[in-house]
Amino acid sequence: MNGVIDLQMWQMAASYIFIVILLFIVKARGISREKEIIISSVRMTLQLIITGYALIFLFDNANPLLTLLVIAIMEAFAINNVYKRTKMELTRQLKKIIALSMLAGTLSSLVYFLLVVVRINPWYDPRYFIPIAGMLVGNSMTGISLGVTKLVENMYTQRHMVESALMLGATPKLAAKEIIDGAFDSAILPTINSMVGMGIVFLPGMMTGQILSGTSPVTAIEYQIAIMLGILGSVALTVILFVQLGYKTFFNERSQLTVSPPTKRNGKADK
Amino acid sequence: MYDLKNIKFKDILDIKEIKIPRARITCIVGESGSGKTTLLRMLNNLTSPDSGDISYDGQSIFHIDPVILRRKAVMLPQTPAIFSGTVRDNLLIGLKLSQKLEVSDEELIKAMEMVRLSKDLDSDADLLSGGEKQRLAIARVMLMDPEVLLLDEPSSALDEYTEQIVISTLVEYARDKKKTMVMVTHSKKIAREFADEIIEIKKKNMPMPERSLQ
Repeated sequence: MNGVIDLQMWQMAASYIFIVILLFIVKARGISREKEIIISSVRMTLQLIITGYALIFLFDNANPLLTLLVIAIMEAFAINNVYKRTKMELTRQLKKIIALSMLAGTLSSLVYFLLVVVRINPWYDPRYFIPIAGMLVGNSMTGISLGVTKLVENMYTQRHMVESALMLGATPKLAAKEIIDGAFDSAILPTINSMVGMGIVFLPGMMTGQILSGTSPVTAIEYQIAIMLGILGSVALTVILFVQLGYKTFFNERSQLTVSPPTKRNGKADK
Repeated sequence: MYDLKNIKFKDILDIKEIKIPRARITCIVGESGSGKTTLLRMLNNLTSPDSGDISYDGQSIFHIDPVILRRKAVMLPQTPAIFSGTVRDNLLIGLKLSQKLEVSDEELIKAMEMVRLSKDLDSDADLLSGGEKQRLAIARVMLMDPEVLLLDEPSSALDEYTEQIVISTLVEYARDKKKTMVMVTHSKKIAREFADEIIEIKKKNMPMPERSLQ
């Protein structure tokens, strides 16, 4: 019962049959997605192989500096990903705020989760630090991307309402309140929704992994519950920091609204 | 009340000097695209000129907190902003946004009567017609009781008959309460009938000297 079945090379190869089926369907239906499917399969395979060996190396050479280096790389990739995922061009000021919110939100949640909830020892133990950091950073990245898109879009589409509120003597904060709240809400909603289906509709990845490796399901759900709450906290903290600081970039020091139409990456106007 | 000097803004405005007197009705007229709205927006600092100075009550507006200035000199945009909610919410939102005390339903109904609007306070504001929305927005500004009313084409969505009534009510209200009113209008007739002062803005040019009508 204990221990997981180690997959042989041919067993691994057999799982690629799913990709072959998909390619066959796509080809037969004339949907031109073969290139993307092949590239993403290859990328996934290579990235995971590299990560696997990197993790072995990190676990064998537990070292605080190495752990810090890994989290730094993770944050850098995540922040860059938020910039790329948002369909609109972002101002430099807004980019700075995204980076700041990601760092402050995820790192403070991570420190609390590892040192107060799980109480790992030593604090840099890569076997706990790295996967948990990955989950908190990854989910916060998805959340803040949604928040950024909503904030930038609505500041533009609802600029007439924001300006009208300013004309009536509202502070920028009051004038943008609905947009700020809407961005926060849409950013944390997916995380909240995923908690609703958890355990019934799907078994979360981390829990499945622990069960497969022989951990008692009770321990597995304990971890899963703790990590879900940790993720929610990290997402909420990251996003609230972002919207509270981010809306200010749309106003100048004379409390005037300064939005320009959101431009898509290719330089064309959004609407 | 206002004193504008050497105002330049992009290639839209180039104003040598304009004075807007206190407790008077001033109309700004001029062809479309001449910068009337831009000028009005400058009076509550929603837009800043590229150069030049604007003083309010003897003090440069660049030394006044813009939010405080806008609470004293409230602007009504040409397209009225209707916020989601009831007619009551929309009447009260000016007071709420400017962090003033809310008023009773009676006051709200009185304000609606002034602009000839008879709607249930609990009805959905979004269902009103264009003209009704404009009158709702006018009532909202009157409820805020500001020192200065900056009105951008307040009657653009009204028929001639309602326009006459609403504007004369507004003017009466302003005279009665010694308010300073600055109104952008297309209608020379309205300007001639109600204005104490008329400022005409020519396209990319200096404004005509003010003509006093009284």
